[in-house]
Amino acid sequence: MQAEKPDPAALGEFRGEVSAWLADNKPQDPGFLLPQTFMEVGSEQQLDFLREWQYKLWSGGYLGVHWPEEYGGRGMDPTFQGVIDSELRRHHTPITFNVIGLGWAGPLILDIGTPEDKAKYIKGILSGEDIWCQGFSEPDNGSDLGNAQMRAVRDGDEYVVNGTKIWTTMGNYAKYMILLARTNPEAERKYDGLSFFLSPMDVEGIEARPIRKITGEYGFTETFFTDARIPASCLIGGEGRGWSVAMQTLQYERGAAAGSAGGQSQVRVVIDDMIDAIRGLKRDGEPVLSDPFARDELVKLIMEEKSLALADRRSRISGLCSDYPMSLPLSYKLRVSEYQRRMRQVAVELQGSLGGLYVGDDEVPAGGFWQRAYFNNFATTIGGGTSQIQSNIIAEQVLGLPKS
Amino acid sequence: MSMKEHNQPLQLNFSEEQGMLLDSAREFCRSRSDIFAVRALLEHELGYNESVWQEMADLGWLGVAVPEQYGGAELGIGSAVPIVECMGKALLSTPYISSTLVSQALLRGGSQGQKETFVPTIVEGTVAALATLENEDWGDEGVTVTASSDGSDLILSGIKTQVSDAAAAQLFLVSVLAEGQQQLLLVPASALSDNAIRPDTLIDETRRSARVDFTGARVSQENLLPGDFATVMRDIRLLGALLMASESTGSAAACMDVTVEYLKTRKQFGRLIGSYQALKHPMVDILCAIDSAKSFIYHAASVLGENALDETAEAACRMAKAQSVDALKFAGDRAVQFHGGMGFTYECDAQLYIRRAQWSQQAFGDAAHHRKRLAVLLLDS
Repeated sequence: MQAEKPDPAALGEFRGEVSAWLADNKPQDPGFLLPQTFMEVGSEQQLDFLREWQYKLWSGGYLGVHWPEEYGGRGMDPTFQGVIDSELRRHHTPITFNVIGLGWAGPLILDIGTPEDKAKYIKGILSGEDIWCQGFSEPDNGSDLGNAQMRAVRDGDEYVVNGTKIWTTMGNYAKYMILLARTNPEAERKYDGLSFFLSPMDVEGIEARPIRKITGEYGFTETFFTDARIPASCLIGGEGRGWSVAMQTLQYERGAAAGSAGGQSQVRVVIDDMIDAIRGLKRDGEPVLSDPFARDELVKLIMEEKSLALADRRSRISGLCSDYPMSLPLSYKLRVSEYQRRMRQVAVELQGSLGGLYVGDDEVPAGGFWQRAYFNNFATTIGGGTSQIQSNIIAEQVLGLPKS
Repeated sequence: MSMKEHNQPLQLNFSEEQGMLLDSAREFCRSRSDIFAVRALLEHELGYNESVWQEMADLGWLGVAVPEQYGGAELGIGSAVPIVECMGKALLSTPYISSTLVSQALLRGGSQGQKETFVPTIVEGTVAALATLENEDWGDEGVTVTASSDGSDLILSGIKTQVSDAAAAQLFLVSVLAEGQQQLLLVPASALSDNAIRPDTLIDETRRSARVDFTGARVSQENLLPGDFATVMRDIRLLGALLMASESTGSAAACMDVTVEYLKTRKQFGRLIGSYQALKHPMVDILCAIDSAKSFIYHAASVLGENALDETAEAACRMAKAQSVDALKFAGDRAVQFHGGMGFTYECDAQLYIRRAQWSQQAFGDAAHHRKRLAVLLLDS
């Protein structure tokens, strides 16, 4: 990719251009609750809205700008997409919902796909026309990805797939799935028996059943494969290489510089948003912000949020990470997800009696945003390896404690 | 938005000089203060080894934050953070924090003459102690020691409690009421009457403090610091909180290491106890708490200057203290519990850390004290 290295002036000018475009084109509040993350797209109404927004952003020239021009990008330096992403956050725009395509499948295909793969898949990922989902987790293997049991058996120029995937985001809307399946159950190491597929979803024998979440809403499916025949050309990375392809896929979502098309997979909620939301509430007839209990809780949360921002900074200063070099990178997911859950939980608690109301009630603060956000946040403390599994990994890899 | 402070861009820097200090302090503290040396000093009158103290002075550590004109290296008070962190990790107790705070008070509130007379001697190893505690919550009300003029000199009357390193000190900086005004006054130890110092019995046996009766001490009017009392006291308390936080962060890390080592070697029911998640997961919580504390102390080190502390620096020091003592308390508490029956004994090193945690949590204000003040900075417009 021939990308021109940007100078600060060019970036500054570009930021201004993006900001002006967003001011003109940011969608109006649709009057219904939008998903805060790509794991919460639960209705056609939300889907249509988000699809339209992603299309507008891409066709405006502000998504995947560092991806090749021939496949729908603009061939620019990734720094430009980073500028766009920070402006999206600053303008509080809705999410770019096709996250598995933009941040997982797309960069993978650009890295190791054939020219045919790229021509077939990339533009649809950017435009939002082709929704992608991810088939890694299975009902019996949540955090233990390497133990995936779904079978794929080669039969001529097809694979016959049997088994069940779960927590498939937008499985009921997706056109394609990145699929991890076992092609060789006899392999000595369980990891070596896995292969990685770019599977179509519109195939006889694949059924995506929506899962109703604690929020009462949808966003995931349980996805059943019953003698589903997918073309052998869907295999990517080679048979038996599924584990390393999957690990490679996980590297991209860190942002545009890591390969992702950019955009934002979730609406960032910070402690200031929470404090603003509760400001008008009262305790003992006084503003909640003057209540000693509330103040102490809020200060603890502010400190944790600040500490996480500092962790990001400190992890780049090796002289300050010499005792346990892997501690900050390995604990970040655990700490961020637990912090966000706790912050939302306190937001509900501080609502007092109003915290007993829920989405759909006329009186619920912020339309029930915080109640719903608290419940939905368990997707981050459970998904991607539960907090308890994260703690095991940190205990073993950072502190050197024996395996459980 | 009323959130004034925490939206500022975050500063976290680590200079080459800080890195070199960290390396040399780590090595020095490790070699001079192994656990046998720490235990050997528990019943020592002064609580520290005077030759080690002199070595620290010779290394220039008492002058890292002192301008060159007064014999220092002029690296800023943030440079004391890695030194104190290493001292905390090795449980090396010395009058370093006390002396550093007195020299900082002089630099921030002293006259030119006071700086020239006293700061270079502290840099060379003269022990100085801070006698400014007024009440048990480290709040700032009610100076009770008085300093009355007899026409030429000031005559003191009253008692200060829990004066750290009092028995070793050759110089005291005392908060007094003089002519109805709260002021800071330098009092040489030689001005005290006999038996003025009565040692305290401390929960942390690596430390020393005393009740000091200043009654009858006679000092020159010129020993009053001309700087603004409220500003200097606030800054010294905040710097004290940061240095205590740095020490606590080091001690918490050492405590965690001792516990982890035990969990890796102790077997019960045929298994290493460190394989049980009930012990493993709290250790990860402790690690994360220490990580937070470490980020906060170096953040604070990055935002401090020689001038009066601004709100960013104030918030950073308070966060550092609140976080680090919570981490140390947690680490010390679990260290005893996870060592089982052994942990209940005086012989087990866990006691050194749980005792230190109880002392350090209160010094320069406990976590609740600082969060209460952070709330004003962060939540009130």
